[in-house]
Amino acid sequence: MRFGIAVFPGTWSDRDCARAVSVAGHDSVYLWHRDRDLQGVDCVILPGGFSYGDHLRTGAVARFAPLMESVQEFAASGGLVWGICNGFQILCEAHLLPGALTRNASLEFRCQMTWLRVEPTSTPFLASCRAGDVLAIPISHGEGRYVADPDTLERLEAQAQVALRYVAPDGGAVGDASPNGSMHDIAGIVNEAGNVLGMMPHPERAAEPVLGSEDGMRMIRSVARAVADRAAFVATA
Amino acid sequence: MTGILGVSDAQLAEVALSREEYELAVARLHRAPTEVELGVIGALWSEHCGYKTSKPLLRRLPVTGPRVLQGPGENAGAVDIGGGLACVFKIESHNHPSAIEPYQGAATGVGGILRDVFTMGARPVALLDSLRFGPFEEPTQRHLLDGVVAGIGGYGNCIGVPTVGGEVYFDESYRYNCLVNAMCVGIIETARLTRAAAAGPGNLVLLVGADTGRDGIHGATFASVELNDASSERRPAVQVGNPFLEKCLMEVCVALAGDPRIVAMQDLGAAGFTSSTAELAHRGGCGIEVDVSRVSRRERGMSAYEVMLSESQERMLLVVRPDDVASVQAEFERWDLHSDVVGRITDSERMVVTDAGDVVCDLPLGMLIDEVPLRHPAQRRPPELDEALAADPLAATPPWSMGEALLRLLRSPNIGSRRPIFRRYDHQVGDDTVVLPGGDAALLRVRGTDGGIALCTDGNARYGALDPRRGAAIAVCEAARNVVAVGATPIALTNCLNFGNPEKPEIFWQLVEAVEGMREACLALDIPVVSGNVSLYNDTQGVSIAPTTVVGMVGHLEDLERRCQAGFTRDGDAVLLVGPVGMDLGGSEYQRLAHGVNAGPRPTLDLDLERRVQEAVREMIGTGLLHSCHDLAEGGLGVALAESCILGDRGARLAQPAFALGTPVVQAGLLFGEAQSRFLASAAPEQVVSVRAIAARHDVEVRNLGLTGGDRVVMSGIFDVELGEMARAHARALIP
Repeated sequence: MRFGIAVFPGTWSDRDCARAVSVAGHDSVYLWHRDRDLQGVDCVILPGGFSYGDHLRTGAVARFAPLMESVQEFAASGGLVWGICNGFQILCEAHLLPGALTRNASLEFRCQMTWLRVEPTSTPFLASCRAGDVLAIPISHGEGRYVADPDTLERLEAQAQVALRYVAPDGGAVGDASPNGSMHDIAGIVNEAGNVLGMMPHPERAAEPVLGSEDGMRMIRSVARAVADRAAFVATA
Repeated sequence: MTGILGVSDAQLAEVALSREEYELAVARLHRAPTEVELGVIGALWSEHCGYKTSKPLLRRLPVTGPRVLQGPGENAGAVDIGGGLACVFKIESHNHPSAIEPYQGAATGVGGILRDVFTMGARPVALLDSLRFGPFEEPTQRHLLDGVVAGIGGYGNCIGVPTVGGEVYFDESYRYNCLVNAMCVGIIETARLTRAAAAGPGNLVLLVGADTGRDGIHGATFASVELNDASSERRPAVQVGNPFLEKCLMEVCVALAGDPRIVAMQDLGAAGFTSSTAELAHRGGCGIEVDVSRVSRRERGMSAYEVMLSESQERMLLVVRPDDVASVQAEFERWDLHSDVVGRITDSERMVVTDAGDVVCDLPLGMLIDEVPLRHPAQRRPPELDEALAADPLAATPPWSMGEALLRLLRSPNIGSRRPIFRRYDHQVGDDTVVLPGGDAALLRVRGTDGGIALCTDGNARYGALDPRRGAAIAVCEAARNVVAVGATPIALTNCLNFGNPEKPEIFWQLVEAVEGMREACLALDIPVVSGNVSLYNDTQGVSIAPTTVVGMVGHLEDLERRCQAGFTRDGDAVLLVGPVGMDLGGSEYQRLAHGVNAGPRPTLDLDLERRVQEAVREMIGTGLLHSCHDLAEGGLGVALAESCILGDRGARLAQPAFALGTPVVQAGLLFGEAQSRFLASAAPEQVVSVRAIAARHDVEVRNLGLTGGDRVVMSGIFDVELGEMARAHARALIP
């Protein structure tokens, strides 16, 4: 299985994502922002960073990159698109996901461990996790407060599109300890089809025991398994 | 070229040259310098670029060793860390700009030190910051702290280099003159290390990155004079950073390291185009000719003088063979970076500047760099020190019980948790941070090897105020201990000497003493100084800062599995004090809190003992005997014990010590005194015999104080505090 990792000027999680993917035993290629060729990858990662310096608004410039035209088409045809941190912000700007990411409630940047509860969502990105599982995955952002209008929030909840929610380490409500003040404690959401995931925490930073958590690896394995299952399905069909 | 006739005192003041220095330049040139030349001479002969006061002192520091690949003199130092890799690092101050404009001052401090490291081709892997402010209780100081932290985060977080460590202290002496010292560490294959020495007359000089504007003109000279009421009017001398641009610049420079097309690389820092062109050419024994009319500008109407002295950020110079210019420019264009061919290398050993054909500067490089007129100020030990040193810290009665004193220490802004600061920095990007901020030293793994590097900064100015020599020696030892506490061997250091106006005899005496103290400690511990920076004139309205020697230490750990952390890890472990007991309350945080003074004998330091203790602890960790290890620093044994409990989220029960029967002041001295050369460790009870055996071999004392576990921290007969109460006090120290 092969991951494609987008590189915009200002992206900095590209190499971390490539490392995590290789630790999981998979290949990756970098996708340059000016190119349109997705090189036949099975999943596109839009990694963290400050694409184009986050000028104007986080993710606002990146959505116009030539690469993003191909990502839009890829997503529309059911391809797996995984936005992490700045990637989530880009996906919202590109309207591949609803809502927006605004300044943290603390008005400060936050780099810390967070605990995420896997919600009952149907998505390949969490195929190897069970609803209720708690994943320890760190965040690192200044603008990760998820907001959306009441109708959108209601729809996200009703259609089980909330994939990951910030919780206390024991899985209980995060309450005042929310790292950014996101509405409904939302850490990650998927589109209606489940093939596009946006999340603020950095799973690639939780991919080896020496880094303090391996929970991010469960998500990479989920994607790999989903891709393998689909390939097997196509082969037998 | 027209020289300035009858240069005024005001003109000389603007370039921070004395009349005497000016006369020297005239005599050397046999003519009056032009306006541009005067600016160039002023910048290169400034303390900031030319080290005219500190150079003779710095020669005293040991700079060589088997691991040293690059000592002082380049953009940064470099040491061998095995596996064919070099660790490249340096610390630098950005004090004056930060005092005037905290966000941009700190941000561009980070940007500048990053460039120093990637100029050598190394990919920056870590940042650390050493900060000093006036009392935390004052809103103005918290405003400065907030701006500086936001600036450091704003730059480091955006560029994607983790900020893994540093320290912050609050003291009266920094009220008008905060300190911001930034350290950057990079890693590169040794064979690809890039130097900043021009070569090959006829080769071309490329200026890459940001356009040149009027920002930061006279930054180098601004750093070489005292701050005063009018200093805020110098805000235009503070540069504005663009971390996004620097990120792009960094990616190309790191990719080009070791590329045969690149003859030399040099960043533009203090005194911008002036110092970078001069140093680049001079290091290679060449000359350089540049045409300022070819420099892309941010605004119209800039004079040659302004272009030469602008400190616009995010700019680099490259020396490239004429045939390779187009292909090198294409590498930068891929990242939307603009470059101009602005000059060429010559064999004249002169620096010639033209402006669309007119020669505006033609100076011999030797005069600008080798012949900086050194200042040899008078030095005098301040007599009032005798009185301060003669005070007996054990004469004052403790105002609090030992339990209350411990909680007050944990709540002190100088001791309590730094989490409110470091959670605002991305400390994990790069996926190499193994030991996160909050302990003794950060530990990063080194890809391609089994090992890692341990990094920290340190420097306690309260000791320095009582005795600059001892203070500097302790800064080296303490930084080394921090690195040892995670299991690493200190291999090299970088330093930043922050002092007041050296033209005052007392200040120059402090500087001389501090360098000697650093020299003694470096020799005793066998740690070379590979890079550094001097920041003088840290005075405002005639008040000087306490002498502040900041040390940035790099340690090497062969096997990452053999690492240690500060927090207790298991219940039922033996709590061990490795090193001597002492009652050194002079210069301690306890003394400041309880009695509001900084007086009495400064902490004892026996350099031979220090070396033995460090070797013993390294051996204990290396053989896997210790479950935790923490350096004793501010707040002494009591605070170290509390911190190991808080970090490990478990209590400890210590037996009644022999000194429990002593008077309260003796108890305070033993608990909170800051005697050096000590660690607090924990080990399985059955391993204590082996720990003692190692200690005995190094002639080091070990005391078994008690056992870990429970939810209280108890020392029988002395104090008994709930762990949660301690943790809350510690967590709130930096929350106003």
